[in-house]
Amino acid sequence: MTIKLEINGKIDHVSGEITVRELLREKDVEDPDMVSVKLNGTILDRAAFDTVQVRENDEVEFLYFMGGGSQK
Amino acid sequence: MIIPKNIIAGIFAQAQAAAPIEACGYLAGAGGRVARYYPLTNVDGREDHFSFDPEEQFAAHKAARQEGIGIIGVYHSHPATPARPSAEDIRLAYDPSVVYVIFSLMDGVRTVKGFHIRQGKVEEEPLKVEEV
Repeated sequence: MTIKLEINGKIDHVSGEITVRELLREKDVEDPDMVSVKLNGTILDRAAFDTVQVRENDEVEFLYFMGGGSQK
Repeated sequence: MIIPKNIIAGIFAQAQAAAPIEACGYLAGAGGRVARYYPLTNVDGREDHFSFDPEEQFAAHKAARQEGIGIIGVYHSHPATPARPSAEDIRLAYDPSVVYVIFSLMDGVRTVKGFHIRQGKVEEEPLKVEEV
């Protein structure tokens, strides 16, 4: 049964009480290990992506790591 | 991508103030037009590398949403190298949805260029500077 979440500020639905990693997969995130995730206001450790599950009405935000530089 | 002239000037001022450390931030807007920019902390604090602070990233995304716009670009400065993506820029360009904009201060000449970087492939995005 789908559950309702707020994802990046918009109401959305996912397939159930799935793990954060499964959520990222459902949302077509290509590099989950290069993403930061905030769940209900707390940034998650990436090690928790496989164990923490989202629940009805959770607020989830995710964005890509940003870095680079002029080094060769 | 369209960038107002005052935003270009503001980012070059940020880059100049931060030099020789690289400066960085987000560009927010809609429809390919930048409406504002969010200077962010380079947590690496290095002359040849930058990383965003995740807390500041989330705050910038939220602030943009609250203004009814979105993050459409990522910028950083190259204090002493050209306005083109380095191998490190390309390797770390994970977000295919944004334009990567580089502000160069090399040899005292201010140059800015935009790029799409997707799966290691670089394509220049023409930048149109808008008078305001």
